[in-house]
Amino acid sequence: MPTIAQPDSGKLTLNDFKGKIDPDWCPGCGDFGVLSSLEKALFELQISPYDVVTISGIGCSSNLPGFIHTYGMHTLHGRALAVATGVKLANHKLHVVVTGGDGDGFGIGGNHFIHTMRRNVDLLYVAMDNQIYGLTTGQTSPTSRKGMKTKSMPFGNVEEPINPITLALSAGATFVARGFSGEPKHLVELMKQGLEHRGFAFIDVFSPCVTYNHDNTYPWFKERVRKLEDDSHYDPSDWHVAMKHALLWGDEIPIGKFFERKDLPSLDQSEPVLDQEGRPLAHCQLQLSAEVTREFIEELM
Amino acid sequence: MNRTFAVSIGGAAGQGVATPGDIFAQIFARRGLHVNAYNAYQSIIRGGHTLLTIRTGLGEVTNFGDRIDLLIPLNQDTIDRHLHLMHPGSTVVYNGDTIKPKDRSEGVQLSALPVNELSKGSRSKVEQNTLALAASLSMMGVGFQPLEEVLTQQFKKKGDAVVAENLRIARAGYDYATANFKPFADPLPMTEARYAVLSGNVALAMGGAAAGVKFYCAYPMSPSTGVLHWMAAHARKAGIMVRQVEDEIGVINMAIGAAHAGVRAMCATSGGGFALMTEGLGMSAMIETPVVVIDVQRAGPSTGVPTKTEQGDLWQMLGAGFGDFPKIIAAPTDILDCFKLVPEMHNLADRFQCPAIILSDLLLSEGRASVDPKDLDFNVEIDRGELITSADSANGQNGYKRYKITESGISPRAIPGVPGYVHTVATDEHDEDGVLISDEYTNPHKRRAMMEKRQRKIAGISAAVLPPKLLGRPGADVTLVGWGSTKGVIREATEILNSQGVTTNQLQIRSLVPLHGDAITEILKTAGKRTIIVENNYSGQFARYLRSETSYVPDGYIRKYDGEPFMPHHIVQSVQEQLAGKTKLSVPVHEIMV
Repeated sequence: MPTIAQPDSGKLTLNDFKGKIDPDWCPGCGDFGVLSSLEKALFELQISPYDVVTISGIGCSSNLPGFIHTYGMHTLHGRALAVATGVKLANHKLHVVVTGGDGDGFGIGGNHFIHTMRRNVDLLYVAMDNQIYGLTTGQTSPTSRKGMKTKSMPFGNVEEPINPITLALSAGATFVARGFSGEPKHLVELMKQGLEHRGFAFIDVFSPCVTYNHDNTYPWFKERVRKLEDDSHYDPSDWHVAMKHALLWGDEIPIGKFFERKDLPSLDQSEPVLDQEGRPLAHCQLQLSAEVTREFIEELM
Repeated sequence: MNRTFAVSIGGAAGQGVATPGDIFAQIFARRGLHVNAYNAYQSIIRGGHTLLTIRTGLGEVTNFGDRIDLLIPLNQDTIDRHLHLMHPGSTVVYNGDTIKPKDRSEGVQLSALPVNELSKGSRSKVEQNTLALAASLSMMGVGFQPLEEVLTQQFKKKGDAVVAENLRIARAGYDYATANFKPFADPLPMTEARYAVLSGNVALAMGGAAAGVKFYCAYPMSPSTGVLHWMAAHARKAGIMVRQVEDEIGVINMAIGAAHAGVRAMCATSGGGFALMTEGLGMSAMIETPVVVIDVQRAGPSTGVPTKTEQGDLWQMLGAGFGDFPKIIAAPTDILDCFKLVPEMHNLADRFQCPAIILSDLLLSEGRASVDPKDLDFNVEIDRGELITSADSANGQNGYKRYKITESGISPRAIPGVPGYVHTVATDEHDEDGVLISDEYTNPHKRRAMMEKRQRKIAGISAAVLPPKLLGRPGADVTLVGWGSTKGVIREATEILNSQGVTTNQLQIRSLVPLHGDAITEILKTAGKRTIIVENNYSGQFARYLRSETSYVPDGYIRKYDGEPFMPHHIVQSVQEQLAGKTKLSVPVHEIMV
């Protein structure tokens, strides 16, 4: 577990995580619930805003770093996980949170998604999955259901959607969960666990788009979601059980922690380079010792 | 002029061309001689044709030269390709059991080694290579001992028996040559100097280590992969985090992420990978996080000829990334310059918080040269610019503005983790605070102010980079203008032309952005009667760039785009034909079929 830096003076308040400006999402957007849950999770864990970097790509939900008070990076479409990997390796003492949408993460960023999971980079990735492209005014996304009519597929989607949970499980993510922005308490718990997980933590959050997705609405999810935590026999350490539950989709849709394993080292823990000088690379000496550089030159003689 | 001696070893990939090449280079450099080596090879792991040329001399050897003094063909194909190009006084050393010379070259010594007889009882698969190597050294007047030292060092990991076996074969080849072949007229000289031999890629990587790079990532792509290999092999000793990433898009974004968190970050690729990086380059400029990218050019377009050289990516670099933003581009002019340029570019990128591009090419990156080890000085100046890494730094808490509008255009940069400087950076246009002015709060006045703030950095960059200088005296018959890797071969061409009575000087461009167009046109006003721009591409990319920046039009052009680098005589003959009024555009033919 990463060491949680203590605030300078006294206890942090929820207000310490409020961003400079208010979100400009559509009224009723699912992303509001995700933002407030993330603020609450950080507050409850008492992680100082300056020790957190919130990194996003592009899209409605990717505007989130501008609305929260932590260090933030609003990067390129689909590239947040690559940027986040660089940040984490340059300063592995930081808490890294990545946020973004389904198009950003599973479409244009799909390659980075897979590789960041297999590398087990220590970060929390919250995908705000609304099954639609919102900022570009309503096109089919990689998670849009088959048959869904959008501006880009006016006669209905003929392609199968991605299942982010089975994808994450098969790509080697060490923490895989699903939340719903209509269940904020449950979501806060998942985020806290994800923040404390030492490795790649993935939470796919149903975050309904009230403007462009008229299929997967709040009421649609409300009557379907079932918490895995309500089943006392569910064992999140069993990958096969997780995979089986991840395939459930219909009248009942499971949310909660599907899977977690704690026995694998994260990427930063696997790299001896990060142990040198006992501090993050970002604060290491730039100049090499004369002994080392002499060796480098002697190799060439 | 510098007297030199060139050895070429040719064969199929997998026949072991590299090892004897390395041994020659090592023996020459330890003898206090300079070395320049170029390997003409193909994108094939086994088979095909590879020709490695190592040229040595007392003075600096800046290119692989015009002629081969000693050819070691390891197969019939090699002797068939090259024998007719050998000059009188040169020698060919080969396996007489398997290779039959078809052409007869006047005055060329054909030195056939009875390989089966000399290596009787050997289990070595490359005995012909060792025999030829030893025979060659005998003819060059090099004693047996330097070879004994190198072979012992080379094979000691495999045990005494292997060392003894190799030495026995080497001795047999050496003695056979001493008894049967005519030695070269001038034995190879020896000096007290000792040189390091390295490739441009190793020099670039070591330059990164000297600059204090702590994060290096890449996707393998010829001819840039050598940088990754050095970095990976030395990562733990140098304390550098080295990652192989899923693609070049990931590479540049990861490097920028690391740089944003406070380290010096670098990555290298070739043209195709660079194309994938260009969106990231714009992010570096927009969020004002420095990153240094190396592009090692190869013959394009598209996959092109992956193992061949070209200076064809200049316009890609100039146009890389959409929108207007400041960036820095420089092309190292020789292998030592690869080492020196990297820390300079990191200093500029850090000071001006923008992307910097190093434009190498296969000729430099995979070529090798000797350098004085003293010149590989790791004690370089490190200037990280206005960087806030701890809460004690000036600038105070609260009210910190990441994109504060300043006269220089540079705003103090705080790294994540520092209390009191919490801020968000964005690739969207933003105000001084970092708040987006792209969505709800669009504002043409703020947009203009931010655009001007970033662009003001260009004046600072121009002042920080030195303009080029004329090499040689002004008022010459001919001025040859080149950029980047062609410095050495153009220099040798000017020496040859001067010795022929055509006074020639040289202007070699290293900094491409900023270009210092006014300084260049000022120099060219008095430099010479005729200016000729020499470049390794089809369309005259540099000539077109210079014209677009300055309206300057030269008197002639020399271009080569067959994948192989210029040889000195290509430039000399092109100048001669232009002086004779035959053409204004010379495209020399590469005679060697590689």
